[in-house]
Amino acid sequence: MIGEQSSVIVKTIARLLVPFIQLFGLYVIMHGHSSPGGGFQGGVILGSSFILLSIADGIDVVKRRFPLAALTVFTSLGVLLYVGTGMICLAFGANLFDYAVLPFAQPRSIGMLGIEIGVGITVMAVIVSIFHDLITFE
Amino acid sequence: MKFIHLIATGVTGLLLAFGTVEMPEFGDPTAPPNQHVSPRYIEDSFAETEVPNMVTAVLADYRSYDTLGEVTVIYTAALACLLILRGKRKED
Repeated sequence: MIGEQSSVIVKTIARLLVPFIQLFGLYVIMHGHSSPGGGFQGGVILGSSFILLSIADGIDVVKRRFPLAALTVFTSLGVLLYVGTGMICLAFGANLFDYAVLPFAQPRSIGMLGIEIGVGITVMAVIVSIFHDLITFE
Repeated sequence: MKFIHLIATGVTGLLLAFGTVEMPEFGDPTAPPNQHVSPRYIEDSFAETEVPNMVTAVLADYRSYDTLGEVTVIYTAALACLLILRGKRKED
């Protein structure tokens, strides 16, 4: 399998890089409505950190820290968060995805942030899930 | 039979290509989308959505239904991969 023949250098550099990649991914998601970026881009960056770890250290290391069942739950959780944000607007008496009624200081900004986080979670889990399925298929 | 498929594909492709002949040139300032949709986003999106990033304003506010579809497509892709590839190993 992948990872068993990786040298110490590759493993160490990958482990050093992963936290920074993940932090940058979170920044891209959270800062998506003020600068270039957003849920799709940040989710892909977050997912690529897990893919890097599974290429360098082996798929089992990632599976131990991020179980497959959790991955599937995260895939659905993101879509749920997205639809939920729209549904909350519906509950406050406006149209679907009309964030103006949310009880925050800058409601539209907060509503968009909720949507971006949902997209980011889904994209991250989907990328890692598809990668895992393809690489363990016999 | 394959020959008929080839003809059908070719004719459809030709029709679609013929349909693009009348379309406005790429980046044409007099094209209908550049006449009212783009200026509206450029001028009013910050006041309407409180978000300085115009792309996100269009993606997550004006067209959030569209993005909902995109997320669902990605979700379905992962679900299909899961069902086809992960389920196989349990049989044998």
